[in-house]
Amino acid sequence: MPSETVAVEAKGLRYSYPGHRRNRKTGPSRPALAGLDFDVPAGSIFGFLGPNGGGKTTLFRILATLARPESGTVRVFGADLGSQARDVRRSLGVVFQSPSLDVQLTVRENLVHQGHLYNLSGRELDGRIAAGLERFGLAERRDQRTKELSGGLRRRVEIAKALLHEPRLLLLDEPSTGLDPGARRDLRTTLESLRAAGVTVLLTTHFMEEGDRCDHLVLLDRGTIVAEGAPGDLKEEIGGDVVTLTGPDPEALARDLAARFPGPAPEVREGAVRIERERAHELVARLAEAFPGRIDSVTVARPTLEDVFLHRTGHAFEDREEEAPG
Amino acid sequence: MILPVYTLWRRELTRFFRQPSRIAGAVATPLLFWLLMGSGLSGSFRLPGGPASLNYFGFFFPGTIVLVLLFAAIFSNISVIEDRHEGFLQGVLVAPVSRSALVMGKVLGGATLAWLQGVVFLVLAPVSGIHLNLASALEAAGVLALLAVTLTALGFFFAWKLDSVQGFHAIMNVVLLPMWLLSGAFFPLNGAPLWLSLLMRANPLTYGVSVLREVLYGPAATVGSSLPGIGTSLAITVVLGLVCVAAGLVATRGGRVD
Repeated sequence: MPSETVAVEAKGLRYSYPGHRRNRKTGPSRPALAGLDFDVPAGSIFGFLGPNGGGKTTLFRILATLARPESGTVRVFGADLGSQARDVRRSLGVVFQSPSLDVQLTVRENLVHQGHLYNLSGRELDGRIAAGLERFGLAERRDQRTKELSGGLRRRVEIAKALLHEPRLLLLDEPSTGLDPGARRDLRTTLESLRAAGVTVLLTTHFMEEGDRCDHLVLLDRGTIVAEGAPGDLKEEIGGDVVTLTGPDPEALARDLAARFPGPAPEVREGAVRIERERAHELVARLAEAFPGRIDSVTVARPTLEDVFLHRTGHAFEDREEEAPG
Repeated sequence: MILPVYTLWRRELTRFFRQPSRIAGAVATPLLFWLLMGSGLSGSFRLPGGPASLNYFGFFFPGTIVLVLLFAAIFSNISVIEDRHEGFLQGVLVAPVSRSALVMGKVLGGATLAWLQGVVFLVLAPVSGIHLNLASALEAAGVLALLAVTLTALGFFFAWKLDSVQGFHAIMNVVLLPMWLLSGAFFPLNGAPLWLSLLMRANPLTYGVSVLREVLYGPAATVGSSLPGIGTSLAITVVLGLVCVAAGLVATRGGRVD
């Protein structure tokens, strides 16, 4: 794809943490990123969804120019991340998971410093700051120190700060973490309006709901891409609904179920039997007839991204026996 | 280049004046040391070969000012460690700002604060029996500026190299404070046992303290100290300053910014 339609182009991206940090319990460290290839279309909201330790934060640090990949290349709007870092940084707005505001300074002072770092000053900077404060409903907080603001307001200042130099690509690391539902909705609206204005939004998350609202999603697990596509398309592949049954003897139930109802094999997970079927509502009635007294509850649900993850990796989203750094 | 350096310098000053405890803390400890040590030791202290009028208050005064600078340098850099991994500096690191601009902004900001605190302390000079005139006050301010940049850059270097605040505390206790103790700030070189005097001669800060002493008291204060004259000492101090700034610049280069 030409660089006008691709915001980020990554090829063979690999990163390992230095050997001395390897986890002694699990032996030699596996790479945090094991050769990733992906293209981020310009003007989209693009998400990396994965459990903690999946490699999201490492990827974020590389894209933010804070860490260098061991091998592989990344181009941001055609500029190479390694050799043209200065150009990349100009087109990049970064919202960190941990605050990057100086809490001793006021909202406005934080923005002034940010502007100076991007060589903005004078009337132009004043204008942009005023517009940013207005846009994010921060005008009245202008002279308040950021330590006095709530988490949601601080996140808004962070975003206003990252957008001050009008970046073409906005990177956000776990932007919903620590926000209440109202603030999450605000964030959502903000990201959508940015997309409408032509800004490419790239975020990492471990929240399914946040992944669901991306235009395009990459599922990351143990440093590899396990699935990629629009969230709706990913869920299509499950083919139908997910039926979850509980009962006194799930193992036996799963066995008998496999024998009497041909189709994808049932699985037992955390004391419940889980099957994927089309037209599951019809199945429910037949199940109740077939196994009287052996079923306590039946749940029919549309597949979620969690199901996609399970389907692709064979393990649940959060059952991680080891944690990689980052 | 200039705007980012200015803005980082400015931020240091704003932060400092918004934290009253820092203003009090930086000068209070050295002041207390000076009062207690001066009171306790003035009766028994006598500088070998020095003027009889020089008591311990007077002898310790230049050393106390250097301690003010050192504390200020430590305080302004200890925040770098956290600031860089989960604070304001994260944003600076992803901005199109060169690492040398970052070092200059941080070091100049910290050094300005250290210098201001040192200059404030000069007000106590008359109490120590020092009679400053305009020329010697300006000279002293100049030497303080040189030492402020040197010590702040040194503190920055360690803060950048270390990943934890605990590590920085260790460096403070094992490197920075002993360096001050063995600089002739606390006790004179003459009269120290040979091994100690060798360590003191090897310590580059010794020459900076010696320059400050001579500027404040005139040549009489360093009579018989067997250290090189003010010209050589000043040259050594300038070289030390350049080395510390260069160390800070080099430390921030390199690819992996983990």
